[in-house]
Amino acid sequence: MSSDSRSVYMDHAATTSVDPRVLEAMMPYFVQGYGNPSSLYRLGRAAGKAMDAARVKVAEVLGARPTEIVFTSCGTESDNLALRGTALASRSRGNHIVTTSVEHHAVGNTCAQLSREFGFEVTYLPVDSAGTVNPDDVGRAITGRTVLVSVMYANNEVGTIEPIAEIGKIARERGVPFHTDAVQAAGSVSLRVNDLNVDMLSLSGHKFYAPKGVGVLYVREGTLLQPVQTGGGQERLMRAGTENVPYIVGLAAALELAHAGLSAEVERLCSLRDKLIGGILGSIPDVHLTGHPTLRLPNSASFAFWGAEGESLVLHLDLAGVAASSGSACASREEGPSHVLEAMGLDATLAQGSLRLTLGRENTEQDVEYVLSVLPGIVRKLRAMSPIYVPDALRQVTGGSVRGTGAAE
Amino acid sequence: MYTDLVIEHFYNPRNVGIIENPDGYGKVGSPVCGDLMEVYVKVSNGHIADVKFRTFGCGAAIASASMASEMVKGQPLEVAGHLTDEQVAVALGGLPEAKMHCSNLAATALHAALENYYEEHPEARPSEQAE
Repeated sequence: MSSDSRSVYMDHAATTSVDPRVLEAMMPYFVQGYGNPSSLYRLGRAAGKAMDAARVKVAEVLGARPTEIVFTSCGTESDNLALRGTALASRSRGNHIVTTSVEHHAVGNTCAQLSREFGFEVTYLPVDSAGTVNPDDVGRAITGRTVLVSVMYANNEVGTIEPIAEIGKIARERGVPFHTDAVQAAGSVSLRVNDLNVDMLSLSGHKFYAPKGVGVLYVREGTLLQPVQTGGGQERLMRAGTENVPYIVGLAAALELAHAGLSAEVERLCSLRDKLIGGILGSIPDVHLTGHPTLRLPNSASFAFWGAEGESLVLHLDLAGVAASSGSACASREEGPSHVLEAMGLDATLAQGSLRLTLGRENTEQDVEYVLSVLPGIVRKLRAMSPIYVPDALRQVTGGSVRGTGAAE
Repeated sequence: MYTDLVIEHFYNPRNVGIIENPDGYGKVGSPVCGDLMEVYVKVSNGHIADVKFRTFGCGAAIASASMASEMVKGQPLEVAGHLTDEQVAVALGGLPEAKMHCSNLAATALHAALENYYEEHPEARPSEQAE
């Protein structure tokens, strides 16, 4: 099957390594510069200064004011603050939230809790077969009681990029605050908040080569928001807790690095991604590219293989040294199929054969070639032992949407 | 999450395939749920002479089917009929709680194949038939 086993990491959407330059930026703040930024003495003031500099860096990348940056512990916390903080602060104005059916659980489950325990009504907008939200649907869903619209910038499972600027324009016209979960978007697309027409934006450090345990919520000045985590009043009363200075410094360094060389890296990733997608669709029959064919993240290659189950694909790839992930029921912690693939109308059995490969900074053309050399054999092996694999069954199931023609088996 | 034995049975599953003109055939599960299992048996002198399986499912499903097939091959019918999902899981060194339904699938598919055989050969059904 493969002549030499390598180690290829292609699950950057799950997490990334810490860039050595980021680690270097963080190191002074553990053993020497460990002061609490709220302290009056010089050790504390120095830590505060480092944190302020980090805040300025993040604001610059977003085209925002430093006062509009709230540091959190992760993307999930940022989403919780955006959603619960807005909803509970806005109860006198209304009780309706508009979001989508393809959000990350940090948004989806927070909305579910707001609905269950706080009496909010939530509209989950549908998506088309590519996973795209229609901005007109957003406009139609907004009522006089809508207090928030939340639409993710780019989907974590299939890479589809949503029309955020258009949706933001509609939300603004209707006077409704607009949040976007941009956790998967950093390092891939512009985060300029005024181009995006957003009022709030979530980021997660460990998706762009900062450590796990730090995130950002951008909050446009004038946005009605109350804190979720209360205490000593840090982050301008929006997020209590002693600030994690080294991690904040690391996040800012990582974000700056990611967006400094953005266009070159995007071009490089797109080229690798397209080679990977083309190679898989060309060499393996009965495979479907999930997500939008062009409006997708530069690093995201997601598929559904007919007759080969997702967790098994991931385990076999692991044996070959490749790290990838799947949204199949068995592969995830939940007992059901991917809600994203379901919302996109993908056949339920086909959705069990999902595989996500997300490229990153250290991936090379050799990595792509290696994956292309091992994956067809894995799929063949699983299909040979599968009672449901019938060549061309896919055509009937998807009605001829984007699929691999491959070589006849 | 998986024991070494589960991983071994997953990467090198035993008894994969079909039997032309089987004596018993069972199919259980749902591809919509991500698992489907087929079991074929050949019976000779009241024993399982050969057993083959095919599955569309995760690591635990494939490993469970492989282990179950090994456990019943060559066994008398009524012994095979007593196979439970717990026995399969124990033989594998344990399965995560969330994956127990996979070992259940293997045992159930085997029983379905045996039941299919007994329908054609009611005289072969043991007096104390385990369900």
